[in-house]
Amino acid sequence: MVDISRSPTESSGFSRKLAALIIIVYAVVTLIPITWIILTGFKSVTSSITYPPEVFFEPSLEGYVNLFTTRTRQSQEYLEALPPPETWYEELVRSREMVIAGPSKFFGRYANSLIIGFGATFLSVFLGALAAYAFSRFKIPLKDDLMFFILSTRMFPPIAVAVPIFIMYRKIGLGDTHLGMIILYTVVNLSLAVWLLKGFMDEIPREYEEAAMIDGYTRMGAFFKIVLPQATTGIAATAIFCMIFSWNEYAFAVLLTQFNAQTAPPFIPTIIGEGGQDWSAIGAGTTLFLIPVMIFTVVLRKHLLRGITFGAVRK
Amino acid sequence: MSEIKLENLEKSFDDFVAVEKSNLTIFDNEFFILLGPSGCGKTTTLRMIAGLELPTSGKILLDNEDVTFLRASQRDIAFVFQLFALYPHLNVKRNLAFPLKMQRYKRTEINKRIEEVSELLRIQHLLNSKVSSLSGGDRQRVALGRAIVRRPKAFLMDEPLGTLDAEFRELMCLELRKLHNDIKATTVYVTHDQLEAMSMGDRIAVMNKGKIVQFGTPREIYLRPRNKFVGSFIGSPAMNFIPIHHTIEKTQDKIVINGENYDVPQSIGGTNSTINYLGIRPEKMFLTDKKGISGVVFGSEYLGARKILTIKSEFCDFKVRVTNQTNAQIGSNVRVNFDQKSGIIFDGKTDNAIESKYIKLN
Repeated sequence: MVDISRSPTESSGFSRKLAALIIIVYAVVTLIPITWIILTGFKSVTSSITYPPEVFFEPSLEGYVNLFTTRTRQSQEYLEALPPPETWYEELVRSREMVIAGPSKFFGRYANSLIIGFGATFLSVFLGALAAYAFSRFKIPLKDDLMFFILSTRMFPPIAVAVPIFIMYRKIGLGDTHLGMIILYTVVNLSLAVWLLKGFMDEIPREYEEAAMIDGYTRMGAFFKIVLPQATTGIAATAIFCMIFSWNEYAFAVLLTQFNAQTAPPFIPTIIGEGGQDWSAIGAGTTLFLIPVMIFTVVLRKHLLRGITFGAVRK
Repeated sequence: MSEIKLENLEKSFDDFVAVEKSNLTIFDNEFFILLGPSGCGKTTTLRMIAGLELPTSGKILLDNEDVTFLRASQRDIAFVFQLFALYPHLNVKRNLAFPLKMQRYKRTEINKRIEEVSELLRIQHLLNSKVSSLSGGDRQRVALGRAIVRRPKAFLMDEPLGTLDAEFRELMCLELRKLHNDIKATTVYVTHDQLEAMSMGDRIAVMNKGKIVQFGTPREIYLRPRNKFVGSFIGSPAMNFIPIHHTIEKTQDKIVINGENYDVPQSIGGTNSTINYLGIRPEKMFLTDKKGISGVVFGSEYLGARKILTIKSEFCDFKVRVTNQTNAQIGSNVRVNFDQKSGIIFDGKTDNAIESKYIKLN
């Protein structure tokens, strides 16, 4: 019998199933490490290094406690002399024969990541939008060459210029500063932002801003009131790409930041417990690290899906 | 309201001259039409008046104030775009309020004006709609509303009816004209549609290849075209051009076509071109049994009360508008004469009309 419910352009049942299978396999492969690191975050320190690894284990918040605190080991007598623990986490630490010495640096590093990540994203999108608008609307001498030049800044891996940037940053005092990192990530992201946003700006008819200019707005006013709101899709897509890069960037962060402006990526793997890496604390840190960019992407997701068609589909 | 004056206005893009030195005065309260085929520079002229394009040279005066280099926002002129350019992220009401907000009117004043305008244009029921949900005609009204609400010195309209379907366009033509009669604002209207131009305009400027070829009332332009282009561009079907194979002397009142003499309005100018053209409207020609240009009926278009016959003669084709009772079978031989008082002779070299008792050039 002929299946009339399916249009001729739809693929056959077999290839659809195959496609689904490939996607499932891909999803599993990519999700296993993430699942594993999240699970590790909920293991106790001993359980996190048990061999063979435990898939089923008794959950513990030890990793999270260790992530946020520094601890010192004390003798049995010292611990017995202390007043009873006031909080659950103090109790947990005491049960490992330690006391909390103070907060760890994680919170500060995490805050650095947020400041630098969002700062660089905002700056890239803002500058990118201005440049894209100019490239889209004005007659600029050597326009094509300039656009190519902007693109060419991404033709080598950014880390290739690490050494000159390191020296330059040290000379002008931008090393290990938030501003320095924001500028650096903005520079790296800007070419992507300009190219993506120019595509979106080209799609917006000039009449809109001309109408606004006749209605009494300056070009700048028209840009903010009329052009930007209509480029929301493009801005959201661009912001996600920029955010993912600056949030995850590792190499420059290792090289250029140490104390003041160190971000979470270089910090997390260096969390040391007694006798080596504290894997449950690293798992906990990684889990927390995943959250902001996940929220950011989910919030902007509906724009992203529309956006990655590069403005081909109109609202 | 105000008067717009263009003095030697010129615009070129690189080495392409979009608008050649143009002089034009658009009077207060006038509905002025810039008419011409696409690419003739009419939209560029309009955009220069609006301040969206800077002229290469020349001056634009608005109420005798030089606004040539003022920003669009400082000219107090409203513009209605061909594609309406309603802001898609704002609803109808906020679209209408947009220009007023910039001028820092109070909320009560803004609401009052929006109410007035929406009543005038009958769009009260649409105020809270999204722009994307409106039909073409409603978008048109809202776009007009956004222009009117400001009470500007002048309105500029760039083919605002171009995207509407034919039936609705006719209705909007009437409405626009009525609106103009009500609010009496100086309006410059750009179109390539001669019917729109004829039905709405107080005066029309016909443009071709960056030049203003002629301006005058619709009647003047129709009856007394200055050159062959105007004759052929205005009127449907276009003016007929019948070749005359001799020069035209001053005070000549006879021409020879195919060996026969015909009377024409006595010429004042003359030409030494050896081929000239007699321009004559299809409705000024008629079938006759006596003297006339002989030809074969080649086509016949039935238009209700009238018929348009296409006649092929030995030396040219032309169209004749006749009543539908006229019996002229396709393929039959006919003779055609014309109303001698309304013939215009065009110089074969320059394409310009030759001055005569009928057509005066200044």
